[in-house]
Order: sequence, then structure tokens, then C-alpha cells
Amino acid sequence: MSTYLFENDEHRTLRQQVRKFAQARILPNAHEWEEAEEFPLELYAQAAEAEILGIGYPEEVGGGGGDLSHVLVAADEMVLHGKSVGTCVGLGSHGIALPPIVKAGTAEQKERFAKPVLAGRMVSALGITEPGGGSDVASLRTKAVKDGDHYVVNGSKTFITSGCRADFVTCAVRTGGEGHGGISMLIIERDTPGFSVSKKLHKMGWWASDTAELSFEDCRVPVTNLIGQENQGFLIIMQNFVTERLMLAAQCVSIAELAYRETLAYVRERQAFGKKLMGFQVTRHKLADMRTRIAAARALTGECVTRFLRGEPAIGEAAMAKNTATDACMWVCDQAVQLHGGYGYMREYVVERLFRDARLYPIGGGTREIMNEIICKTSGF
Amino acid sequence: MKILVPVKRVADPDNANKVKVSGDGTKVTSDGLEWKMNPFDEWSLEAALRLTENGSSKDRVGEVVLVSIGPKDAVQTIRQGLAMGAERGILVESDDDSLDSHVVAQVIAAIAAEEKPDVIFFGKQSADGDSNVAGTKLAEMLDWPLVNYAMAISTDDEGKSFTVKRELDVGQQTLKVQSPCVFTSSDRILQPESVKNGVTPADFAYPESEGGRYASLKGIMKAKKKPVDEKSLADLGVEAKRVNEYVKFDLPPARSGSTTFVESVEELVQKLHSDAKVL
Repeated sequence: MSTYLFENDEHRTLRQQVRKFAQARILPNAHEWEEAEEFPLELYAQAAEAEILGIGYPEEVGGGGGDLSHVLVAADEMVLHGKSVGTCVGLGSHGIALPPIVKAGTAEQKERFAKPVLAGRMVSALGITEPGGGSDVASLRTKAVKDGDHYVVNGSKTFITSGCRADFVTCAVRTGGEGHGGISMLIIERDTPGFSVSKKLHKMGWWASDTAELSFEDCRVPVTNLIGQENQGFLIIMQNFVTERLMLAAQCVSIAELAYRETLAYVRERQAFGKKLMGFQVTRHKLADMRTRIAAARALTGECVTRFLRGEPAIGEAAMAKNTATDACMWVCDQAVQLHGGYGYMREYVVERLFRDARLYPIGGGTREIMNEIICKTSGF
Repeated sequence: MKILVPVKRVADPDNANKVKVSGDGTKVTSDGLEWKMNPFDEWSLEAALRLTENGSSKDRVGEVVLVSIGPKDAVQTIRQGLAMGAERGILVESDDDSLDSHVVAQVIAAIAAEEKPDVIFFGKQSADGDSNVAGTKLAEMLDWPLVNYAMAISTDDEGKSFTVKRELDVGQQTLKVQSPCVFTSSDRILQPESVKNGVTPADFAYPESEGGRYASLKGIMKAKKKPVDEKSLADLGVEAKRVNEYVKFDLPPARSGSTTFVESVEELVQKLHSDAKVL
């Protein structure tokens, strides 16, 4: 029950390989990097060398092949055996920053941006959310005005994962009129004059991953950095959201599974009232509920991934999977802290950190409420 | 250059504490544990892959053939090695319980007679049985030169001869050896510049690593299409007749878990003598 139903021998071997990497490179530093709110940049090159960064990307952009199912399985091992959610999501920020370039970008953009990222030589971020609004994508205000063969960009973006260290940001900007018909996707490079990281944000969880507020002041971005057609960005963003939400749902499953495993090990050791915590029926029932909720979240997430890979749009399904998995994850992490008692509230215990990490998921990648709106729309309400 | 690498599946050595002894004490059971490639075999496979490739361009310039002896499921271990880059595999079907180092050496000798490799590269031991015998026994059976615990290997004549450095307690020993020969490796073979094959640029360095290379997803997918021959012991004319008989297995005694604090070295020595009875 701790694997997806869609997995075959290929996934099993992939799991072993990624586990080896996570245990060797992340686990020994997990706590330290989380506390330092940063992991070393070398990790990108190491993950590329181990051919982990390229999983799910086509070979022509330097990827390793495979599809979303392989991405999920690899991410699962990274979280379960690296035990640092912040590091995993920071290292994986290209998972949302690259697909627009890979799917809709030019050959030159793939060569200049996708390949170096998958080779671990560049860091990428996705910039959608703005200080003035997040979920309301169609109202975004960062402006890009055409001036000869450049766009002049003004505005700001916030909550940008890996934004402090990104070499470029795949950014949603307004090139046309109001609403979703005026949005384009633009690659904005860090060394563009006028691009700055206005601040590194301090968060409740995901500490090891940096999160930035970015500002653009008269940034001149060449038109060759436009992804796809002008004013067609909204569709690219929406297509990207389905995979992002399925990846977030899967992260919730992984985090919940890790919290469960940590707790299982703890209650088998911890003594109270003359016996192991595991000896109490109330403990065993809590564990049974934890396992059940994780299994349900995994089953729905796996089903949505299978449907998506079969070619179904899976927009409403991805929203359902995300809500189910975030709810399960928050609940399981809460129980994990409870079963750890006072130690569960202490920073050196993994479950304390997972509890904080878990709180992101009903917000990031579209809030729980927005997911419900999507489910309503796709259900025809 | 053609290298034969025997690979054994072992119960996950990281979870060795979960290994149990069967009720009658006649065998070790590893139910519920994941199978992994014996880490010592993985070092040797890594060295074999380095000997048969251009490390810089990753072009293959030789052949690595994997052999595993075990039940049908052991093919997974071969597939992992194929995913790392080996060309093909041979699975010799057998029940784990009917094997010992003697049977293994006989099987590999029979395969060597068919395959005629330049090198047979064994792991120095297996992480489960720890016998440290099969490689040596095989060299004896074939009457081939043997170099155990190789920490650095180089060849400049495509594997007709090798200069091999061995790690010993008293220092390092450098040997020249003609193929065909048998090697086993020490972990130093994984160091970035331990293997030189005359094809990989002399200044090329492999990344630092604690084990064999990672199998990429591309490699994993390709491995499914690589050939794996299945043979039986009878095909090879080997009788599964062990020379070792296992009499009894016992788990190490459980730790008492009690901690005693002492005030002085004298008291420590006295307690180690009288209570722990280790002095």
C-alpha cells in the first residue's frame, strides 16, 4: 500500500536509485539545511549527475524520458528518504518552471534554458502570483509593453519558489487587455537590468527552499524570450496547473507517509505507563486511521495521474486529488505530532517540521477553495 | 574487452537487523526485506563498466555480461545492472538454499568456458554470507591468475594485460597480470581516477561516489530490452551439491538495553571484566 497501483518494475528500480541518492546526499544534511533555510547549490549538479533532475523530460531537451508517473515516484523517494521537504521542493522548482518552455517554447529557448537546468547548471523558477493577488490569475498586473524587439516589464511577483537563486523566471505578464486573454509567458533572466530580488521571505514551513519576492523595473526582455504566442499565456498556465496539482497531491501523500513511518518507529520505542505506546489500543487505532487516509489519498492521486496519462484533461480530478491529499496530509501530520507528545513539538523531531510543511498544501498551487471552484465548474454547477 | 560480472541479490543490508532465523535454526529468513544487489558486486560492476567505456563520451567500447544465480525473481538484480550500463545478462535458475561458494564457483567456471571473457570481476564477498571465497575458488578452478581487493586498475592494451594496485594492511602492492584473470575489488576502486583503460581521456575523473553509478530512467527503460539468457544448473553440467553444510544459525544476543554509569577508568575496567565479561 505504500506504492501507486500504476507502478511496474521500472518504477521499482527507479525508486531504488533515487532512494540511494536521497540517503547519501540529502538525509545527512536534512536538519541542518532546513534550519539554515538553504541547501547548497552543488546539489543541483549532483542531482543532474544522478540523472534525477531530467526525469519526466524528453531526451531532446536533455531529459531522461519517462512521464508524470516517474516524476511522482522519484519525488516520493526524495521526500521519504531525504526527509527534507524544503530541499526536495527547492530542487524540484523546475518541475513547474520548465514545462511551459518544453511544451510551447522555441528550439532556441529549449537549448538556452531547459538544457542547462536539467544539467544542473541553472536554477529556474515559475512566477505567477503577485503581491496583489494569487489565485485570481486572470487579474495579474505585471505589465510587459512592447518596444521594438523587447518587452519592457514592470511589476512584482511574490511567493516564488527558488526565486532568490533562480537564473531565470518563467513569468506570467500582461501584454494585452484585461482578463485572461491579455496574459503572456515570458522568460525573464536574472541579469536583466531592473530585475531584483526585493526580499527573501521567511515561511512557516518548506524552510530549506528559498522563497522570494521579485520586482521588475523597466526590465528590457527580448521578444525572443516570449513563450508561445502573445496573449496566449493563460492556457499554458492552466495546462501547467494540472500537473503541478497532481505533483502537490503526491507530495502530500509522501509527507503523510513519512510522518506515519516516523510515528510508527517512535511508538514502538517510547514507553509510557510501563509499556510501549504501541501497546495501547488508542495508539493502534490512530495509526490505523493514518494508514487508511494515506491509502485513500494515494489511490485517488494515482487514479488521476493514470487518467491524465491516458489523455483525459483531468482538471477537476486533479483538484479533487489535491484537496483529498492535502486534507489527509494535514490530519496525519497532526496525529503524528500528537503521538510524539512533547517531542512532537520540538524542532529536532522530523514530525514537527512535517506538520509545518503540510500547512502549505491547502494554499499553494491553488487554494483549497479555488480547487472547489474548479470542481464546481468541471461538474457543471 | 569482455568482462563477466557475477551479481548476487542480497536482503537489504541496511535492514540487516530485520533478518530472522527460521524456527528450527537451519536457515536465515529475510521475509519482507527488499532485495538489493550485493554492494560489493556493485563496486566491481562499476569498475567493469569503467574499463569498457569512454568515461568522457559515455560510449561503450567493450562488453559487460552479468551473471546471477537464484530464483526467477533474481532477474531484477540483473536488470538493475543492465540499467547501469551492462550489455546483457545470464540468469542461472536455482534455489537460494542449494548454493554455496563451491556451487557458485562451478557455475561461473562453466559460464566462463562458454563466454571466454578477458576478466571475471567478482565482489570480494557477499553482504549476507560474508564467505569471501567464491572469487578465489573460481580462479583456482580455472587456473587463472587472481588479484583480490583491487583498488586501482589500468590497461593500455585493451585488456590483454593489467597493472593492478591492491590494498593490504601493510601498504599497497602493484602487480602486472595477463588476462584471462579474476579480480575482486576494494571500495577504493570507486575513487574518481582508479580505473584507466587507455580509451577514457587520462585526465578524466569520475564523480565521487559511495557505490556504483546511478541507473538513469533512460537506462532503466533500455534495460528491459537487453537480452537475458536463462539457464539451469543442468544446462551447465553443474550439480547443486554443496560442500558446506549449515549446522545451525543463531541471531546475535539481544542487547540488554541497560546503561551503567561509572566514575573512573578503574571501575570501567573492573565492570568490563566482572559484569560484561569481555576482558
